Amino acid sequence: MALNYFQPLFDVIRDKDRCIKCRACERQCANEVHHYDAELDKMISNSQTCVDCQRCVCICPTSALKITDNPNKFRNNSNWSQRVMTEVYKQAETGGVLLCAMGNPKEYPVYWDKILLNASQVTNPPIDPLREPMETRVFLGKKPRSVTFKEDGSIDTKITPTLELSTPIMFSAMSYGSISRNAHESLARAAAELGIYYNTGEGGLHKDFYKYGPNTIVQVASGRFGVFKDYLETGAAIEIKMGQGAKPGIGGHLPGAKILEDVSKTRMIPMGTDAISPAPHHDIYSIEDLRQLVFSLKEATEYKKPIIVKIAAVHNVAAIASGIARSGADIIAIDGYRGGTGAAPTRIRDNVGIPIELALASVDQRLRDEGIRNEVSVVVAGSVRSSSDVVKAIALGADACYIGTAALLALGCHLCRSCQTGKCNWGIATQRPDLVKRLNPNIGYHRLVNLVHAWDHEIKEMIGGMGINSIEALRGNRLMLRGIGLNEKELEILGIRHAGQ
Amino acid sequence: MKKVYVNEEWCLACHLCEYYCAAANSGAENMIKAFANGKKPISAIQVEESDSINFAVQCRHCPVPLCVKSCITGALSVKDGVVSCDESRCVGCYTCVLACPYGCIVTSEQSKVIRKCDLCTKNNNGDPVCVKGCPNRAIVFEER
Repeated sequence: MALNYFQPLFDVIRDKDRCIKCRACERQCANEVHHYDAELDKMISNSQTCVDCQRCVCICPTSALKITDNPNKFRNNSNWSQRVMTEVYKQAETGGVLLCAMGNPKEYPVYWDKILLNASQVTNPPIDPLREPMETRVFLGKKPRSVTFKEDGSIDTKITPTLELSTPIMFSAMSYGSISRNAHESLARAAAELGIYYNTGEGGLHKDFYKYGPNTIVQVASGRFGVFKDYLETGAAIEIKMGQGAKPGIGGHLPGAKILEDVSKTRMIPMGTDAISPAPHHDIYSIEDLRQLVFSLKEATEYKKPIIVKIAAVHNVAAIASGIARSGADIIAIDGYRGGTGAAPTRIRDNVGIPIELALASVDQRLRDEGIRNEVSVVVAGSVRSSSDVVKAIALGADACYIGTAALLALGCHLCRSCQTGKCNWGIATQRPDLVKRLNPNIGYHRLVNLVHAWDHEIKEMIGGMGINSIEALRGNRLMLRGIGLNEKELEILGIRHAGQ
Repeated sequence: MKKVYVNEEWCLACHLCEYYCAAANSGAENMIKAFANGKKPISAIQVEESDSINFAVQCRHCPVPLCVKSCITGALSVKDGVVSCDESRCVGCYTCVLACPYGCIVTSEQSKVIRKCDLCTKNNNGDPVCVKGCPNRAIVFEER
């Protein structure tokens, strides 16, 4: 092209003194950034196609590579940033909707980072989790209002089906198709070993993974991909996906190129056809319609499985959650606006939805005010980045958290946010066999187990410090939280006091 | 006896095992020095590639090694199950190259003597470096 409007985003810097020309970078880059020029006996890098996934940097045996931001800058302008300008150029060239992947990267406030935790001093002793028993097990589902006993002393109260989690963490919905088989297997095996759950996403469940059924949440989304009797019966719970934090109000689109034989069988659609999830469920236009689907699924599985309804955190999330609680669902999952995705229109991801922290606080408060908090468990998602985020979420009222991005990071993801290209160099968001094999599930599942174990230890340390020995005693315990740098309105919505108060 | 095995399902053909092997057995202090100034130390492990499958091949350390039987100078010997080559006795006749059914004896233009895997028993790296350097745990060192 005579005029190139797109300057490379990154600069690939090779230390010539360290490079031994082993060509590992060349072999490992699906974007074809590196190549060996035999005539010059040199490794040459073409930064133009680099996505900064860091695969070459990690694999280089002599640490000869660095990826930095391209120092070339357009003229400074606080309003028209280089990113904004480049997006205009891109649309002027292609005429298309901008696509992106993973969570919202823009500089919106992260409320987790503006909340501080309490610890015990003098008047109530902290608890050392290494010396005393500490409970992080949680049950998700409806909780009975009261417990009644029969004459012989046995419990009379009927308990509806629940999910038992060894620690209040689950792996978010990521479909087979958007992520690779090996990524899926890593999540499934890790969930089974940890005594938690992973979520199939809307892509159905590969027959090889039915054995992980007791640790699987099967999803029913607007596209209804891969939904049939065995699928519903295999899962430990069924999740109705109404929305996703990264793209509230719109559906999904898995390009036909990713629908290879296995994905096509699992999704029950022809090979090579685009898998389009409509924006709405075409049979749900009200809470009453949702109730019908909830009970259809319960009927289909003989009332043996809890039903989760997942929604994106949007402006009137509290009222919606109240409706869901009354629809018969057992668990509400709320996905905040920083939640990840395999592909979404950039404008939607970056501008639609609300922070999960605020959504959670208002949902929990609304359900309590209406006296129906026990009717549902609340699971939050959308950028839970660490064990302290989990503790803060639980103190704000969540029963458990979904982690998606953190789980992918454990598998090697470096958040290059290029999932939609299908050329994931880490073997996660791709269906290309040569790339998929780069993620060895024997390594992947172990790393996930490590991550969740580490978080579980940290959760115990933090709640122990507060003098609490059970995660149940932390739930909704907002006195354990203080805001820092928040205004009155934010504190009011979060239902917490400011630090120092 | 623990040996090096390759799970071809996970081999990415990144060829890093070759570079780790070559550097570790070159006598150089580190990989950069091993390959400095155009030096090309050779590796005893070699990656075989095709479109759909790749795997690294190195000495199987056979219980009855044909290479040892064929060696005309007694350079090749078996000690504790490890087949290794005394390079000071090798005359470069390459009879072992012909005898090895796995093609695991490597030759190069830089040296007249042969090069073969000795499970890193002659360097100070502990477990074989190809195993430690494999980014996808395709190469394993285990009892089978």
